[in-house]
Amino acid sequence: MKADATLDCVGLYCPMPIHQTANKLKELKTGQVLEVLASDEGIKEDAPAWCRATGNEFIGMEEQGGEIKVYIKKTK
Amino acid sequence: MAEKMTLIMFSGDMDKALAAFNLAIGGASIGMEVSMFFTFWGLNVIKKNEGPIKSKGVMRKMLNFMNRGGAKRAGLSKFHMFGMGKWMMGKLMKNVKSPSVQELMVMAHQSGVKFIACTTTIGMMGLGKEAFIPEVDSYAGVATYLADAKDGRINLFI
Repeated sequence: MKADATLDCVGLYCPMPIHQTANKLKELKTGQVLEVLASDEGIKEDAPAWCRATGNEFIGMEEQGGEIKVYIKKTK
Repeated sequence: MAEKMTLIMFSGDMDKALAAFNLAIGGASIGMEVSMFFTFWGLNVIKKNEGPIKSKGVMRKMLNFMNRGGAKRAGLSKFHMFGMGKWMMGKLMKNVKSPSVQELMVMAHQSGVKFIACTTTIGMMGLGKEAFIPEVDSYAGVATYLADAKDGRINLFI
């Protein structure tokens, strides 16, 4: 999936991935897509939940050998 | 107007403080207006780590000597084992790059979380504002907490 920016949260646990995602998304423009790389399983539920809570769009997720990639579109 | 979240930090335990700051940072990350009210043992979390704690009277001096406080001194609520449990927990946290109470506290404040210190406990313990970290936004009482909590979507006592 194509993204406008990437955030590396591999090795980080809660609340770091969502904290950093929130900060990183502030730098993006509306309509742009952020790719978050993570290794903590929690992100699979947390990223969609964070999007539901903030009104941003959860586009999708990919998983490859323990590395999880989530894609979030800034809509707010 | 942003939705509000309030946390009462009553405990001064390290594990409970970790949970509280984690929640506060999470709240801020979903755009909530978060405030943390530090009272009783919870005041220890926002005491300065360095320097003497001044107070008047024998009982207060004794209390403040035994209850020095400072985020770095916070012990575990379980398996503290005179600091050995805390040391091990710290090691485990470092291994997984988990931030310490102090680091989370800075992060929370930078994310806009407001820190309120309870003046009643401060008065009872005979402490001055100089005992507390500069990140404390205000010194107040129950009405300040309730005014926020009344409009709060999430209010927690920890």
